[in-house]
Amino acid sequence: MRYRARLGDAAGRSVLDYQFNFAPVFRNFDQLLAGALVTIELSFGAMILGTIVAIACAIGKTAGPKPVRWLIDAYIELIRNTPFLVQIFFIFFALPALGIRLSPNVAALTALTVNVGAYATEIIRAGIESINRGQVEAGVALGLKRWQIFRNIIIKPALRTIYPALTSQFIYLMLTSSVVSVISATDLAAAGNNIQSQTFAAFEVYLVITAMYLVLALGFSALFSAVQRYAFNYPLAR
Amino acid sequence: MIRPFGINEFWFIVMAVQWTLALSAVAFAGGALGGLAVALARVSPAAPLRYAALGFIRLFQGTPLLMQLFLVFFGLNIFGSGVNPWVAAAIALTLHASAFLGEIWRGCIEAVPKGQSEAAWALGLRYYDRMKSIVLPQAAKIAVAPTVGFLVQLIKGTSLASIIGFVELTRAGQIINNATFDPFTVFGLVAALYFILCWPLSILARRMEARFAVATRR
Repeated sequence: MRYRARLGDAAGRSVLDYQFNFAPVFRNFDQLLAGALVTIELSFGAMILGTIVAIACAIGKTAGPKPVRWLIDAYIELIRNTPFLVQIFFIFFALPALGIRLSPNVAALTALTVNVGAYATEIIRAGIESINRGQVEAGVALGLKRWQIFRNIIIKPALRTIYPALTSQFIYLMLTSSVVSVISATDLAAAGNNIQSQTFAAFEVYLVITAMYLVLALGFSALFSAVQRYAFNYPLAR
Repeated sequence: MIRPFGINEFWFIVMAVQWTLALSAVAFAGGALGGLAVALARVSPAAPLRYAALGFIRLFQGTPLLMQLFLVFFGLNIFGSGVNPWVAAAIALTLHASAFLGEIWRGCIEAVPKGQSEAAWALGLRYYDRMKSIVLPQAAKIAVAPTVGFLVQLIKGTSLASIIGFVELTRAGQIINNATFDPFTVFGLVAALYFILCWPLSILARRMEARFAVATRR
C-alpha cells in the first residue's frame, strides 16, 4: 500500500492552483449516457425480478411449511447481513467454480435481484400481514377464487400500504448498482472509470457522474410518485 | 504463482476484521457528532439552517456511497500531493453517516411530543437546557433501535473502502483470492465474517424495536 499522508501542498503551490478540466468528461458524454442507460436497465430489471422473488418468498414465509420458512429466513438474513460488494464478488468469481459462468452484466443483474429480493421480502411480508383476516374471509364468503382473493384482497392493498417503503428501497437499489462497476459491468460508474483512466480527470468525471446519479434518483422518485397517483387513486377501505 | 488456501491465508483475512471494525468505529463516532448537528439543524427554528441540513441529507441519500468515496478520495488529491485511503474513507463514511443518522434522529426528535419542549420553554429553560435535559434524552430512547440498524448498514458500507485501496476485510479477501485463486473459500469466509459482525446487531435492533413497540403500545 502506497500513501503519502500529507494533505498540504508538496511543491509550494497554492492550494487553489488546481485547474478543473471538464472538457474530457463532456467530450465522452455519450459514454456516460450509455452507462446511465445500463444503470436504468439494471435497476428496472432487478426491481421487477426482485419483486417477483420477494412476493414468492413472502408467500412462502407466511404460508409455507417450516423447512421452506427456515430457508427463506436464512436467505434474508444472509443477504441483509453481508455487503453487496461481497455478494457480487461471490456471484461473479465463486459461482464459475460451480460451473455457473455469467457475463458481468448478467452477474450484476443476478446480484442486484438476489439483494433487493431479500429486502423487499420483509417489506412485502409486513404488507401482507397488515391485511385484516376478515377481509380474506369476506372474499371467501363472496365466493371469490383463491387467485382473485390473493390478487385483489391481499396483494393490491398490501402493495398500496408498503409502496413508499418499497420504492425507497428501489431508489437505494439504483444507487447500490454503482458497485457493479467493480466486476466490469458497463453501468454509469464503470463508464466513469473508463473515462477517468483515459483522461486522468478523476475528480471532474466523478463529480459529473455523482450529479447524474442524483438526477436519476430524483427522476425515479418522481416516476414512483406519478405511478402512485395513477395506480392507487381509488379510495381507502374503511 | 498460485498457492493453496492455508492457515496463514485464513488468519490474514480474519485479522483484517480489525480494520473493518476500526473504520466503522471512526465513521460511527464522526457520524454521531455530525448526525446530531444535522438533526438539530433540521429541527432548528432558523429556516436557512433547516434547508441547509435538508440539502445535505438529500445530497448524501441521493448519491451512491461509492461516488462519495471517490469524490473525497480524488478531491483530497487535488488539494494535496496524494492521500491516505484511511483518511479519505474515514471522511467519506463520516459524511455519509452524518446524513443518514441526521435524518433518523430528526424523526426521533420530532417524535417527542411538542408539549414537552413547550413546557420546558414555559418553565424558562433555554434552548441548550431544553434540548439537553428534556428533548434529547427522550429522543435517544426512541433512537437506539434504528441507530443500531444503521450501524449494520455502515459496517457493510465500509467494504466499499476496499475499492479506493483501503485494506480491510473485503480487500484482504481480494488479495488472498488473487494469490490462491480459491474464490469460493475466500469470499465464503469473508461473507461469514461480515455475517458474524452484523447478525447479532441486526437481532439486537429487532429485539429493541419489538420491546419498544410493546412499551409504547396504547
